[in-house]
Amino acid sequence: MSVFEGFRFRRVSSVIHRLDPRVKFFYVCVLFVMAVMFSELLPLILLFFVPLPFVLVAGVQREWLRSLRGALFLAVIIFLSNFLFTYFYKQYPRAPSASLLEYSFAMTLRFIVLVGSFSIFFLTTSPDHLGLALEQSHVPYEFCFAFTTAVRFVPVLAEEAQTIMDAQKARGLELERGNFIKRVRNYIPILIPLIVGAIRRSLELAEAMESRAWGASEKRTNLYVLKLRRADYSLALGSVLMLIFAICVRLFLPVPSLTMLVHA
Amino acid sequence: MIKVRDVYFTYPNGIEALRGISLTIHDGEFIAIMGQNGAGKTTLVKHFNGLLKPTRGEVVVDGVSTREVSVAKLARKVGFVFQNPDHQLFCETVEDEVAFALRNFGFAESAIKRRVTWALNLLGVAQYRQTSPFMLSGGERKRVALASVLAWNPKVVILDEPTIGQDHQQKEKLRHFIVQLNAQKKTVIVVTHDVEFVAECNPRVVLMTGGKIVADGGAEEILTNPKLVAQASIVPPQITQIFLGLSDLGLPTNVIDVHEARKILLDLMEVAS
Repeated sequence: MSVFEGFRFRRVSSVIHRLDPRVKFFYVCVLFVMAVMFSELLPLILLFFVPLPFVLVAGVQREWLRSLRGALFLAVIIFLSNFLFTYFYKQYPRAPSASLLEYSFAMTLRFIVLVGSFSIFFLTTSPDHLGLALEQSHVPYEFCFAFTTAVRFVPVLAEEAQTIMDAQKARGLELERGNFIKRVRNYIPILIPLIVGAIRRSLELAEAMESRAWGASEKRTNLYVLKLRRADYSLALGSVLMLIFAICVRLFLPVPSLTMLVHA
Repeated sequence: MIKVRDVYFTYPNGIEALRGISLTIHDGEFIAIMGQNGAGKTTLVKHFNGLLKPTRGEVVVDGVSTREVSVAKLARKVGFVFQNPDHQLFCETVEDEVAFALRNFGFAESAIKRRVTWALNLLGVAQYRQTSPFMLSGGERKRVALASVLAWNPKVVILDEPTIGQDHQQKEKLRHFIVQLNAQKKTVIVVTHDVEFVAECNPRVVLMTGGKIVADGGAEEILTNPKLVAQASIVPPQITQIFLGLSDLGLPTNVIDVHEARKILLDLMEVAS
């Protein structure tokens, strides 16, 4: 469940935690766009290091690393599938070349950059702030509420998954036993109770909320209102500059691959 | 059978749930582990089948330290019925549900069939054999979960809060059932808040607060000690409360059984008349 841990908000206060979630989301989106813009290894390595100061200032390095570690399994699958599919797709002599390796590695790193940047966002943004940000961006309240509730439920579900795992292990289920397919099948006894429980819980929540007159008044006001401050403007400006720089590089500069650099 | 030696346990989030627990549970014993929420009851029993390993200290089951064997191996000896049956039910039919653990343990198909029938009859849910467990009522789901554990005939049966959500009649059935299990020389460990239930069963009681054992002894001795039970945020059984309240009249203060209480009162009335 370490992936979930890496996305769970903890109430800490830092400059990063106090930033406006809209601006933080914009920054994460810029990282996302940049990661998708480049398929070469060098810029992706750079991109991997871009959010590091952010992580350190927020003091969430442990949780952040945990989220990356949780994504490792998928990263390995991405690496292997890229490597194998590109290898078999090639027309010319099939040999596992250095550039093929580099390409697969770049794709894996792209995934890690994406996970890492979204993990920072969720680690440093409280669900309340997130809901406020959505509301102030004129998203209908029903959607905001559904979204924040979903985010809030992640740790609850993670805890429930752990209990279910314990319950099934107590009935002799060995999650780590068997070949790959068997191992995936081993998770069926975990997933079904988890999904059924989540559906049941959401129905109960809906009933409980309706009985407390949810949606009775059309116009809602908020106790807290998000306001952009100097730090928010600087981050927004920084993100825009970063994006412009990346676009310029993409359009006007040939990005060398690592293999080319080594051979040159 | 189960030896707990100076066990400490801290959860990954830093909460210290057990603080120096030592306990010996003999074969064929019937034990109720009681205490307030967060006292560490469930954490303690999760050590008995290896789901949790002690941070410090040692838990020995049948002569083997729980650190050295897998949960699956220990589960064969120690059956654990979780509080919420919805955490384990997932099959299409009740029959498959009960057979799940037996298949995990590698029983032969013929043995599985026999044991499933036996367990379903034992818990009175045989008529639901082909029904989806999700269609059953809460109490029935709980019984299916219990059947799915008893099916492999473990030596030790742990029941986590078995009386929650059960009506009086079901509780009474459950009590008879537990007594019956115990009579078959099975070690039964019940984690519960339900004082009335414990008073009727009269087992050995282990009282916990704040991750420590504060008392260990007969139900009569512990449940009639108001100071001790208050420490664990529970109250004595109602009949004991009456007798404690009337102790000035010379009534004994160590009564937990309703039948015994009735006899004492009848005797008193006879003397008075």
